[in-house]
Formats: sequence, C-alpha cells, structure tokens
Amino acid sequence: MNERYRPLAATATVFVALFVAGGLLYDNFFSTLVLGDILADNAFVIVAAIGTTFVIISGGIDLSIGSMIGFVGVVIANLDAAGWHPLVSAGMTLAFGAAFGALQGLVVDFCEIQPFIVTLAGLFLLRGACFMINLDSTPIRHPFVEAFAAASVPLPGGGFLASSAIVMFVALAAAIVVAHFTAFGADIYAIGGDRTSAALMGVPMRRTVVGAYAVGGLYSALGGVIYAFYTSSGYPLAGTGAELSAIASVVLGGTMLTGGVGLVAGTLIGGMILGLIATLINFNGSLNGAWIMVSSGALLFVFIVLQRTLIAPSRLRIGG
Amino acid sequence: MTTDGAMSALPQTKRSPRRVGVAARRIAWPALALALILAVDGLITPGFFSIRIVEGRLFGNLIDILYRAMPIAVVALGMSVVIGAKGVDLSVGSVVAIAGAVIAWRIHRGDPHLLILFWALGVGLLCGVWNGLLVAALDIQPIVATLILMTSGRGIGLMINLLYGGTDPSFSSPLLQFLSVGHLGLVPTRLVLGAVIFAGLWLLVRRTAFGMFVEAAGENARAAELSGVQARLVRFASYVVCGLCAAWAGVVLTADTHTSDPVSEGLYIELDAILAVVIGGGSLSGGRIYLGATVLGAVVIQALTTSILTSGLPPEYNLVVKAAVVIAVLLLQSKNARGLAFSLARGEKR
Repeated sequence: MNERYRPLAATATVFVALFVAGGLLYDNFFSTLVLGDILADNAFVIVAAIGTTFVIISGGIDLSIGSMIGFVGVVIANLDAAGWHPLVSAGMTLAFGAAFGALQGLVVDFCEIQPFIVTLAGLFLLRGACFMINLDSTPIRHPFVEAFAAASVPLPGGGFLASSAIVMFVALAAAIVVAHFTAFGADIYAIGGDRTSAALMGVPMRRTVVGAYAVGGLYSALGGVIYAFYTSSGYPLAGTGAELSAIASVVLGGTMLTGGVGLVAGTLIGGMILGLIATLINFNGSLNGAWIMVSSGALLFVFIVLQRTLIAPSRLRIGG
Repeated sequence: MTTDGAMSALPQTKRSPRRVGVAARRIAWPALALALILAVDGLITPGFFSIRIVEGRLFGNLIDILYRAMPIAVVALGMSVVIGAKGVDLSVGSVVAIAGAVIAWRIHRGDPHLLILFWALGVGLLCGVWNGLLVAALDIQPIVATLILMTSGRGIGLMINLLYGGTDPSFSSPLLQFLSVGHLGLVPTRLVLGAVIFAGLWLLVRRTAFGMFVEAAGENARAAELSGVQARLVRFASYVVCGLCAAWAGVVLTADTHTSDPVSEGLYIELDAILAVVIGGGSLSGGRIYLGATVLGAVVIQALTTSILTSGLPPEYNLVVKAAVVIAVLLLQSKNARGLAFSLARGEKR
C-alpha cells in the first residue's frame, strides 16, 4: 500500500473498531440510523475541518472557525427576519467567509505575523461581531430552511442521510478535487512541505497562502450555514470551541500540523470518530460530558503517539 | 561551520548599551499602547486615575487593572518561557480548571489548607511534566501535544468534582482567600505575590544559565545541542515552569470565586496569555524571553477590558475592540505593514 494512505487506513480502522465495539456493547447501535445521526450532527464541524485541512497542509492554522460558524448563523437569522431568502443570505455569507479567510491569509503572508495570532484576532473579531448584532438566539422561520432541516434520503437499514450530510459530501468531493487534482492543491502541499524549496521552484507564494486561507474561510462559513439551517436558528455562541474539534478532526485524520502531509478525506473520518465517541458515551447513559472530553483527549494522544512512532513522517511527504 | 552556528545561537549575556537600547525600543510599542488606552480613559472618565484608600486598602481603576491582570500575567510569564523555548502551551486554561477542582476536592476531604496549596501546585507540576514529556521525549509538535490536555483537561476537572458527589463544589478557605482577594497592608496580596513570582522567574531566567539555555534551545535546538546544552531537558523544564504558573493562577481564580467551575474557569486564558507574550514583542518562533514586556502585555489586555467596561460602551463591544487593538499592535510590529503605511503617507503628500 502506498505509504501516503497508511494514516488514512489507521484512522479508518479505529473508526470501524469503535463502531463494532459500540455494536457489541449496546443494542441497536450497529445501524445506519446511528451512522446517519453521527453524520448529520457533525456535518458542520467536518465541513469546517475540511477547509482547515487546506490551511494546515499549507503549514498554517485557523482558529477563527468556531466564531465564523456563530457569525454566519447570526447574520442569516437576522437577514431572514428582514425578509431575505436564506439561500441569498447564505451565498452572501459564503462570499464573506472566503473574503475574510483571504484577508487573514494576506495578513499572515504580507505582515509575516504568526497565523496562530492573526486567526486568534479573527476569532475575537467575529465572536465580538456576533454579540454586537444580538445576544439571544434568533429563529429562522423561512419555509425553505424548515424543508432543508427536514429533508433526508433514506438509507438501507432504516437510517437517514440528512440534507446537511449530503451538503458535506458534496463539499468533501469538491475539496478532494481541489487538493489532489489542481495545480493550486499541489502548490499548497509544496509550501507546507518546504517553504524555501517551493519558493525556489516558482510556486506563487502569496497567492497560494491567501488561497488556502480563503478556502478555510469559505468552508467554515459553509459549516456555519449548515449549522444555522440544521438548527433553524442563529445563536451568537454557536460553534464555540468548534475550532478545537476541527483541528482534532484534522489530526485524527492523519494530517500533520507541521504541514505538507495529509489527506482531505482523512478529516471526514477524524470528525466522525469524534462524533462516534460522543454517541458511544451518550448511549451508555451513566457517563456524562466529562467522559467525552477525556476520551477524545485520550484518543488524540494514542493516535498522535502511534503516528509518531509507527510511521516515519519523512516518508509520507508527497513528491518529497 | 557547525561550531560557528553553535556559538552564535547562544545569546549574549552581557548587557551592552546597544542591548539596553534595543530593549527600550522593544518595550516601546506595548508601553505606547498602554499609554494610549489610559489617555483615552482619562479623557472619557473623569477621575479615572484617582487612587484612594478605602477601608485600609488601595482603591482605584489603576489598582483594579493590575489586580485583574495578575492571573493572566502569571500565566503569560510561564507561557513566555515556553514560547522562548520555541514551544507553546495551549493547556494552561485546563490546568487552571484542574487546579481549581483539586482545591475544592481536597477542601471537602478536610485537608489542612496549606497542604491544599501544595496539592494544587503539585497538580500543575504534574500537568507540566506531562506536556514536557510529550514535547521533549516523544518529539510531538507543541500545539498538538498540549491540545491533548486542553481538550481533556476540563473533563478531568469535572471528574474530580464527581469524586465527592460533585453537587456543591463551593468552599471557603481563609488562607486561600487571603492569597487571592486579601490584602497585605495597603496592597492586594495577589499583587505582592505576583511581584514575588516575577522576581523569582527573573532571577531564574536572567541570573542563572537557565534563561540562556532556553533561549539557545528555542533559537536553534541543534546548535544548542552541539554546544552542550541539553535542549530536550530545557524544553521539558519550560513546560514544568508554565504548568506551575498556570496552577498558581488557578489558585487565585478559584479562591476568588469560592467554587470550582471546570467548564468556564480560565476559559480562553491561553489565548490571552499568548497574546500578552506577543504584544510584549515575543516571537512564537522562539529564542527570546521578555518577562517585563510580557507583564506589560497582560496589563494592556486588562486595561483594554477595564476601559471598555468603565467607558460605558456595552460589554458586547469588548471582543471587537480587543481584536482591533490586537491587530493594530501586530501591524505596528510588522516591518512590511509599517513600510506600506509610510509609503502610502508619502504618496499622499505628492
């Protein structure tokens, strides 16, 4: 097997093992119903995490994801109250997300400030903007959103694939094409792998960095749209801490935070593992939210150590 | 060639006049930011700078800013050491939460309160050891390594609360409350203790070889190893220092609220601490520790928050104004952005 795919295989194995373990422990766990629920509940984080995968592969980081999710929801809810069609406001927030991401990328590259700090300012700015717009949860009452939240495709075995999950799969497919079949995707890998070599080989540095953050912003805005439609509301605290779940999903998906190594598809499975853990603990009933945090951390630890010891990172570099 | 690299990686310990000049310039930006914030306060709020003595203690906005900045400043001091060693510690908020939970737990068990203080610090030490081992022994990237404790730490705090039923994590402790909200003579105790911690760290960093080793390891780990510095050990130690500092902030914050609340205690303190280091001129790429400027950075952050609250702006504006100031300070520090601003200004004149 190509060594590139080994972390992906490891992640998938962990997911299958956890899912089978859940099926052995609890009745009715091993079903498409549970699988569909995990996908529907976590679609917004996974979408945002897919965008972050681009930023992380380029060697950066994006902390503004959670705030972007909250901000987009609040904007859509308020525009809905003003009589806008949700699809129009969604399109507008997506454009805003891409522009905001691009601006963050520009500041990172032009001012040579660490991405951690730039996107931290982005986190504060967008969350603060949420609070400035309104402090309470605003319902979205448009019939389109109701239809979206209710829409689903039946799966064999009694489960449902929710509309948010379908949007997620479409976004994932687009991301895979961009990452692995375009020159822009190759440039992102090149910059993350070795900045100096990439520059010497003529990779357009600024355009690529700005582009990677723009993709990150676009996808986190899309995550926000999905969340707003799925919950039919805009809440200024929505998505708090989602940046952590997203980064954890990316890491669990086998992408290295040092940049240059990783697969977009891995992020999907990483995000599903986090969702699966939460579901497993909810199924138990006697455990509480504390267990979700601790076991997610424990899994992150096991996974990182395995990645560190079993797989030599240098052999995973693409084209290196 | 390798020896040359190794030699240049070691920062000079002697304070030449030039170095003092550089230090003055470095501290100028955060000092300017603080002066601006305070000047605006003075204009908006009459009597902003007045300091009175009420019930035998100092009282006033300036004291309040220092008082509230102290936990962030202590965490930021620890963070500046970690960042100096080219690391970062995202788990400090979780350490605050765990230390708080341990305090509530041991008080419910009836331990002597002085012992509980050591329990809390011991737990912080343990968290630092854990992070240090992940980074230094397993060679895991610092953001990822400390992300583990960051995601699970608040869960651990909640579990500790469950050890004694977890129904009522509130407590009262005269000793701990004296350390946090009490006062020594006119001055709040936590400011005195904060000054002691600062002095201790300053001695450790500037008057022993430790600081030089940290900066060398952060600047160029390989060169430091070649010149005989045990870079791994130094990096490990930096996380232990940071864990201890975070635990102390946990003691102060928990004793202040009289209860352990692992979900929200010290929330986002890691971001504020890192921000304080960066506003103080520290670079996340490592190699330098600026203790004084870091404290100044923490004071800038708190001055901003206090100003927004006293100026009558709705508290919702807090985050946006904070973001704007952060961006302004960062742009001022960036050579490229300053260059662009200057050329724009010159272009307008023509």
